[in-house]
Amino acid sequence: MGEASATERDGTRPDGTRPDGTRPDGPHAGPVADAGGGDGDGGGVIVTRALTKRYRGGQLAVDGLHLTVPAGSVFGFLGPNGSGKTTTIRMLMGLIEPTSGTAHVLGRPMPRSARAVLPHVGALIEGPALYGFLSGRDNLLRYDAADPTADPRTRHARVAAALDRVGLTAAAGKKAKAYSLGMKQRLGLAAALLRPRRLLVLDEPTNGLDPQGMREIRTLVRELASDGTTVFLSSHLLDEIEQVCTHAAVMARGRLLTQGPVAELSAGARGRLAVTTPDAADAARVLKEQGVADVVVAEERVSGEVPERDLAEVNAALVAAGVRVRGFGVERASLEDAFVALTGEGFDVAG
Amino acid sequence: MSRAETAGRVSPLWTFGLFRSELLTTFRRWRTLALLGVLAAVPVLVGVAVRIETGGDGSAGGGGGGGPAFISQITNNGLFLVFTALAVTLPFFLPMAVGVVAGDAVAGEANAGTLRYLLVAPAGRSRLLLTKYATVMAFCLVATLVVALSALITGALLFPLGDPTTISGTRIGFAEGLVRALLIALVVALSLIGVAALGLFVSTLTNSGIAAMATTVGLLTTVQILDQLPQLHALHPYLFSHHWLSFADLMREPVYWDDLTKNLGLQALYAAVFGSAAWARFTARDITA
Repeated sequence: MGEASATERDGTRPDGTRPDGTRPDGPHAGPVADAGGGDGDGGGVIVTRALTKRYRGGQLAVDGLHLTVPAGSVFGFLGPNGSGKTTTIRMLMGLIEPTSGTAHVLGRPMPRSARAVLPHVGALIEGPALYGFLSGRDNLLRYDAADPTADPRTRHARVAAALDRVGLTAAAGKKAKAYSLGMKQRLGLAAALLRPRRLLVLDEPTNGLDPQGMREIRTLVRELASDGTTVFLSSHLLDEIEQVCTHAAVMARGRLLTQGPVAELSAGARGRLAVTTPDAADAARVLKEQGVADVVVAEERVSGEVPERDLAEVNAALVAAGVRVRGFGVERASLEDAFVALTGEGFDVAG
Repeated sequence: MSRAETAGRVSPLWTFGLFRSELLTTFRRWRTLALLGVLAAVPVLVGVAVRIETGGDGSAGGGGGGGPAFISQITNNGLFLVFTALAVTLPFFLPMAVGVVAGDAVAGEANAGTLRYLLVAPAGRSRLLLTKYATVMAFCLVATLVVALSALITGALLFPLGDPTTISGTRIGFAEGLVRALLIALVVALSLIGVAALGLFVSTLTNSGIAAMATTVGLLTTVQILDQLPQLHALHPYLFSHHWLSFADLMREPVYWDDLTKNLGLQALYAAVFGSAAWARFTARDITA
């Protein structure tokens, strides 16, 4: 939360390294891609068309979803709780049959091709689920044994590597019921990393983690992405999406509001002019005179919509009025601003 | 790349890997061990009770009297404790234990959320269900053998062992007696596969392990009660527990196969019907837990 530093927001996101996910699928063209035939949607790792789920009670959980996740992207799937994210993920993983519409994962239809597709997909769905009476290591051994394509000869080595990757080697022999929430979350993540994957589906991966744990998970996600793994990350934390994702989609009430590169999404919303000064009241008055709308004063910070006129004149007017300007600049719009612009309402984190 | 080599290939033996994992998981649960412990205690209890009852006077129980089958012969021959213990546990203890394990098989995993991770692994729904059923049947066998072994050991410690007399009155050798005991244990284990299939079907209907266990044990009790009502005579041959005690026919000379085959046929029917129902339900179900 507190680590959402401005510098990270403004430039160090690894956008440059992966321009819009158009990188060739080369090193990851596994058997599934070969057999899948032409991916009709330009190499979308996940492609849904009019995907709809209506539960038996009549509740419409997902409504005509057209989602395209480009290969190599870190794709943020945003939305308040109850917006249909998890139902969508369950349909993508073949756990739930869609009412109508289609979903393709790695170029193959789901849930029909689940047996061929899922070995290439690591998933963390709605938090980890573990056998409390088994040790962390035995939990992973069991999940690995469930995968028909996993080689039993390398099982122990792969489990050890996965445990090491999430920093659980020391606790591997402990019963899972003695794990803290954060450790359980890591073990769930380790299960998703038992084998090299082409796609990782992570549903709220930082839930229940402390800031340090969240940072570690984000670093891990970046590492995996730089190896070329496509990461589909659902979250209700806008900060998180902004920090690690190259692309994002926003859902609300079962419908997709928008999707695209994160930079474009936030560019859609306008930034705000912000002035830092001990003379906040004077500054607010001058800004209003200069035609700045929606002026908000918060202690030593005054902000408002960016006016049409030259900002240098605005600054000069402030100084001329005797306002001690300590900071002056336009803040880039955040994804939250974009979200508010889209929905006309705040992002209900508490949901 | 090693992944490209391993990812596409499916070892034909992988199902056994999952089966092994399933067995390990089932038999490492405290609940499973507790159930087996209770089952092992029953023959000890029966043996000690018989020993105390007949203590001192050494009178050979004689013919008459009530109680479970073979109980009067235990003081002469400890081997008969095996038959008595199976006759005592078959109506309730054994099927209850099987009902708990079968009822929990799918619903318990759904409840804990581990089911979704097994399916995403992907274990495959049909194979997972088949593995579950095989494991429950393995539990039937293990549970029965636990009762039989506990009874054999208790019988050997508390009573003399010797050549047993069959129900028909002829004497057979001790070795053949042991073979018959093993055969009876197998038949008793097979008698439980109907309950196992029923429990597994119930288990696919709910996301609550407790509800599935309670329902299965409740159905078991209901069937036992129905089997006691003479008014429902027409229904009796179709109740899975109706021919259970026919295993005693294996102690006849020659063996009387009629009821035994009826029992096994009925169990196969239950396994087919409820196994298919469980499969139809589980492969089409939305996994929302």
